[in-house]
Amino acid sequence: MSDTPIHLGRRLAIPRALRGWVLPIALIVLWWAAVAFGWSQSPLLVAPSKVWDTAVEQIVSGKLFSALAASLWRDLAGFAIGSTVGLVFGTALGLSRLFEKMVGPTFHTVKQISLFAWIPLISVWFGLGDTAKVVFLSLAAFFPVVLNTFEGIRAVPADLLEVSRVLRFTRRQTLWRVVIPAASPSIFAGIHLALIYAWLATLGAEYLLVSGKGIGNTMIDGRENFWMDLVLFGVIVVGTVGFTLNWIAGHIEARLLRWRGRSVAAH
Amino acid sequence: MAHTGTLDISHLSKQYDVKGAALPVLEDITLTIQPGEFVSVVGTSGCGKSTLLRLIVGLEDDYRGEILLDGKRVVGTSLQRGIVFQEHRLFPWLTVEQNISLALLNSGLSEGDQFRTVQSHIDLVGLNGFEHAYPYQLSGGMSQRVAIARALVTRPDILLLDEPFGALDALTRAYLQQELHRIWEAEGITMILVTHDVEEAVYLGERVVVMEPRPGRIRRIVPVDLAHPRERSAPAFSRIRDTVLREFGDKPAAAAAPPLAPEVPVVTDHVPLAFQFAI
Repeated sequence: MSDTPIHLGRRLAIPRALRGWVLPIALIVLWWAAVAFGWSQSPLLVAPSKVWDTAVEQIVSGKLFSALAASLWRDLAGFAIGSTVGLVFGTALGLSRLFEKMVGPTFHTVKQISLFAWIPLISVWFGLGDTAKVVFLSLAAFFPVVLNTFEGIRAVPADLLEVSRVLRFTRRQTLWRVVIPAASPSIFAGIHLALIYAWLATLGAEYLLVSGKGIGNTMIDGRENFWMDLVLFGVIVVGTVGFTLNWIAGHIEARLLRWRGRSVAAH
Repeated sequence: MAHTGTLDISHLSKQYDVKGAALPVLEDITLTIQPGEFVSVVGTSGCGKSTLLRLIVGLEDDYRGEILLDGKRVVGTSLQRGIVFQEHRLFPWLTVEQNISLALLNSGLSEGDQFRTVQSHIDLVGLNGFEHAYPYQLSGGMSQRVAIARALVTRPDILLLDEPFGALDALTRAYLQQELHRIWEAEGITMILVTHDVEEAVYLGERVVVMEPRPGRIRRIVPVDLAHPRERSAPAFSRIRDTVLREFGDKPAAAAAPPLAPEVPVVTDHVPLAFQFAI
């Protein structure tokens, strides 16, 4: 039993770096075959080559660039605002028992509300434009950062806090030299999550607060006009952006936390 | 080096409240330690020997009696009193050099002086070449050397050692004991070593304070009049070690009884669970 996978691996002999590409390539081949051999007559099935043409057209005409720029700008603005406010709020929540007692219960209740349940309220208050979207994205980024910052600060080892007492650190020194660095793995995890949530919410916002430009709006256009090639192209772009953001965050995280040794691997 | 630092402990008692009941940990400890002396404190777990160190270093307050350093009552921590814990407690995000430097944050030394002091202490503990290593890259023994350097870099009058080699393997432990002795001679400061290893206590101490548990009291103080380097297999050494061991054997019931009051609640009760601002 145990030697079967090894045997199989040897027979297939796919280089390690390429193994992750097997499934996507197989799907594309299947897709191409489905169109080429006419397995389905549905207008929903478009040829890969048509998606390719659409991609080229979108890129050359600059439509992709302007849609993506609009989406990314909102994404990063919302991410920056939400995670900054979240960092401050989470730190305060972690440091002050009084603050935690006062606002903690409200926060923990509010965080249970599904993110999308905020949409009606946000659209009433801020309309359907960029402001409303950025507010929504900030909210998406806010919660994971607050939670992870709070938990990271609460989990700072008492042992290390004793060392800071022995070395006569002031409160400020203890905060910046001990508490924040000790909590940093958790804080980074929160920021990383916030980056992913914000991007997912960017698409959500463009779907639910329909107005203006954005990669989500491009896809809505495609759907409404039955341009499946455009929809599929949008899916690929959204996936690629998400993957890239995650990759960048993973590398920054691994670099900043390299003092943790092998325990932290790049994503 | 002319270090001051006579430590005068008189009628020191300490108790904790465990679930509303008073639990005496230390009772009527009286001990005077001369500047530059090396004193070992041995006892079974639960005899309050770690609490004694925590009181001297100033991590615990709320005691009866007196702890005087050069005639002044000990209140809170001070750079005059350094401590090495059983765990190295290095900051994992800082390199060896940065860990040691951080101890000088409030020393008032110029940057140049700080650098030189840190370098000389890296030399002292024999860690040249490891300045830029992170704690995860160090062995247990090396980490403890860094912890010793960090505790010494502020030039304290007293260095307290709370079972510093307890978690190390026998070979590393023997080697570091030798190193600690060398450092003690080089620095000429007072050292108080808490340990449950009788041989270690006799090897390093000029006096061995034997404590008994529940509540923690001094049972006997055994002087060690042996020249250095001490030979663990020498008859004179064995005699003193046996004398100390006999103090434990005298009360077999107490020594064999399971610890009724382990040191655990002591720690959980009094170490703040998280760093807080009183806002």
